[in-house]
Amino acid sequence: MDLQIFIQQLVNGASLGSMYALIAIGYTMVYGVLRLINFAHGDIMMVGAFLTYFAHQLWGMPFELAVLVGILGAVIVGILTDKIAYKPLRDAPKISLLITAIGISFFLENLFTVLFGSTPKAFKAPEYLTKIFQINGIYLPVSVIIIPIVTVLILVVVLWILFKTKQGIAIRALAFDINTVKLMGINADKIIMIVFAIGSALAAIGGIFYAVSYPSIDPLMGIIVGLKAFAAAVLGGIGSVTGAVIGGFILGFTEIFVVAMFPELGGYKDAFAFFFLILVLLFKPTGIMGQDLERGRF
Amino acid sequence: MNGFLIVDHVTMDFGGVRAIDDLSFEVYKGEIYGLIGPNGAGKTTIFNIITGNLKPTKGRIILEGEDITGIKPNEAVYKGIARTFQNIRLFKSMSVLDNILIGFDSKAKYSYFEAILRLPRYFKYEKIIREKAYELMDIFGIREFEDSLATELSYGNQRKVEIARALATGPKLLLLDEPAAGMNPKETAELSDIIHKIKKDFDLTILLIEHDMKFVNAMCDRVTVLDYGEKIFEGKPSEAIVNEKVIAAYLGDFSNA
Amino acid sequence: MSKLIRNLILIAATIAFIVWAQNNLEPYTLRIVNNIGIFLILALSYNLINGVTGQFSLEPNGFVAIGAYFTALMLIPPEVKLDMFALTDPAPIVMKMHASFLPAILTGGIAAAFVALLLSFPVFRVRGDYLAIVTLGFGFIIRIFAINNPEYTNGALGLNDIPQIANLYWIGGIALITFITMIHIIYSKYGRAMKSVRDDEDAATAMGINTFKIKTLAFMTSAFFEGVGGGLLASYLSTITPDQFSFLLTFQLLIIIVLGGLGSMTGTVVSTILVMGGMEWLRFLDDDITIFGYDFGAHPGLRMVVFSILLIVMMLFAREGLFGNKELPDILKKFKKLKKSKV
Repeated sequence: MDLQIFIQQLVNGASLGSMYALIAIGYTMVYGVLRLINFAHGDIMMVGAFLTYFAHQLWGMPFELAVLVGILGAVIVGILTDKIAYKPLRDAPKISLLITAIGISFFLENLFTVLFGSTPKAFKAPEYLTKIFQINGIYLPVSVIIIPIVTVLILVVVLWILFKTKQGIAIRALAFDINTVKLMGINADKIIMIVFAIGSALAAIGGIFYAVSYPSIDPLMGIIVGLKAFAAAVLGGIGSVTGAVIGGFILGFTEIFVVAMFPELGGYKDAFAFFFLILVLLFKPTGIMGQDLERGRF
Repeated sequence: MNGFLIVDHVTMDFGGVRAIDDLSFEVYKGEIYGLIGPNGAGKTTIFNIITGNLKPTKGRIILEGEDITGIKPNEAVYKGIARTFQNIRLFKSMSVLDNILIGFDSKAKYSYFEAILRLPRYFKYEKIIREKAYELMDIFGIREFEDSLATELSYGNQRKVEIARALATGPKLLLLDEPAAGMNPKETAELSDIIHKIKKDFDLTILLIEHDMKFVNAMCDRVTVLDYGEKIFEGKPSEAIVNEKVIAAYLGDFSNA
Repeated sequence: MSKLIRNLILIAATIAFIVWAQNNLEPYTLRIVNNIGIFLILALSYNLINGVTGQFSLEPNGFVAIGAYFTALMLIPPEVKLDMFALTDPAPIVMKMHASFLPAILTGGIAAAFVALLLSFPVFRVRGDYLAIVTLGFGFIIRIFAINNPEYTNGALGLNDIPQIANLYWIGGIALITFITMIHIIYSKYGRAMKSVRDDEDAATAMGINTFKIKTLAFMTSAFFEGVGGGLLASYLSTITPDQFSFLLTFQLLIIIVLGGLGSMTGTVVSTILVMGGMEWLRFLDDDITIFGYDFGAHPGLRMVVFSILLIVMMLFAREGLFGNKELPDILKKFKKLKKSKV
């Protein structure tokens, strides 16, 4: 593979990996504090993209404002999901929570199908994002450069929150032992709400990036991307934010490079995440960052 | 070292925390042996090491001459070890009878297909283990509750079911984790009688964790006292309560001894 | 009346109904009964891994697809395959695969059970709730595999002209067998072990139960019957495509077993009828809706919005469903005991 193509794929991989990373962070944080796989998380990404589309293309808002609407809307949906469906089941058997999460996921998918129809919609992003530069035969849409940069910045912010703020420390403590944290007077519900807010905001951003890069959106777009992002989170080490980002980038690069080098495997692109998942579970369930969240079990 | 159960220089580290520090003691066959100490001293941890739920950082567990360190937890039963839990872990959706039948299920030798096709071996073994279960329930006086859900019983009766269920597996060594916790004096006395009886009838060696010194005094032949994962005393219970180190660890709380 | 007599009467009555229905019902109604029969097979087996063993799984659509494809490939005569495979020539083994109905169905079941065995290793040996996400992904992978291997599956075109041998005799009969099998499993040491894993995995292990083996056993059993159900579906519909086996199928089964009561087979029987009936009745929600003369237009997806809300509401307020985790005779027994003690 010559250098030109290599760099092209590198850039594409970084962009794709960023989207997976952003969504994976939300999965891993919710799993960390609640031990819950929030199946609805991938759909939050879809909600973010659709609300932006709605605000910008159907309501006529300027794009930047529409993005804010999208993110805010997704955050509200995420927080409401926790308040209405997950919080009442905090002490219920785990399976009830998982079933409810699937219910919410299915509900969001069908609700947006009813509201917007199932045919894919064209997502119009402003020119300054879609403009394509050509350098030495390498095609660089502006978005492909911006997305990884913004993602890394967001990661830095999230890590800063987790390690340098009171709420962030509480989030990390909650992941280890929710009961002790409650006994220390911390309002666990408020902390959990913050986790959902952060996760949903990131997912919405990931969804908007996705919509800018592959300019069509449909109500079922969150399912596959969500699944892959979760696999990325497990690959990186479930519960670890850095791991989620690492896993996201590994998955992104793998999808792009494997298909570039072996085009005949193109149809299996979406299956790579699944195989990563199986491999991790078979050989190193704690993932790359290896946080063993079950340590305090006995 | 001729003990029935030998805990041999066991150390248990959890990351940076040393839960058990170079612990050794021996339990002789047919004894009732007590493991006592303040909360967090490491008593349940040593149980979990004996049953294979935890692998010790250092040291060995030897049962009847066989090194059983690090066995898989579901193998403990096949080595003759049965246990109860501090917070009574009965199978909540199942009846008392079913809970106890599970203890006997390793003796029900019919295959999956024989169960599905309801071949004669299914009926034969179900009958056998059912009879054994009724016998056991009669000993504990809980037969009347056979169809009740575990959660419908009083705490004392639940504890009886849990011990019966453990006994159903046919152990040589029975580990009881705070069996008298949460019981009133009447229930405690009843429990004490039952434990003595089953020890005799079923030829058991019993290792129990307890806080209640009166209970320990009445039940145990010898005890080991733990504090912060270290052994600070081993010997007769009557000697334990007057030992300086033990008193210091408990801050003199022997008002109910 | 002894239990055996009661059971034999119920079985005889069911067989009588099957025979009567096959010969007397209108085609439309017969189709609904057949659908209920197939869904019953799928729901009963789904309840074994989910409800009885307590392992949250989203597997049915994947295993149904496997069963459907294997059975279809075995039933379609070789000459027809040669014609039908439009994208590439069928693979040699596909040409060789041919069998009569029952072996074809069983092959579907066994293939599904084998895949379940393979999936057990990454999933059941680790702690955590990975079964759900792995089975969810598995459903998508099956579809990807079907589309990308046209020499085996005819790709996105799917298979048609599948001999329509499945009728209510087969479907009803196998549904009855599935029900009896599940009941026999539950009331045996294997069922007790499965329930113990559901209730308290650590305590089950302390009792000597190999939880990995029991979960795998339940999973393979569920997969087998789901594969068989898939084979029946293929033969009944005569046409299968990769898109047919979507998550929607699993979701419907999930609602069924939750409504009936997770772990209750008799509950599943009742709820299958209710949910299938409900799905038919609520079909109007996906069409043009006119209320008081005002045309709201057609909004496909509304029906499933209602069902997802139903599921969420059930989980919040009626988690036990109709029968909880008990079977109907046990519930009646308790009820009688309660009445007696009040006298």
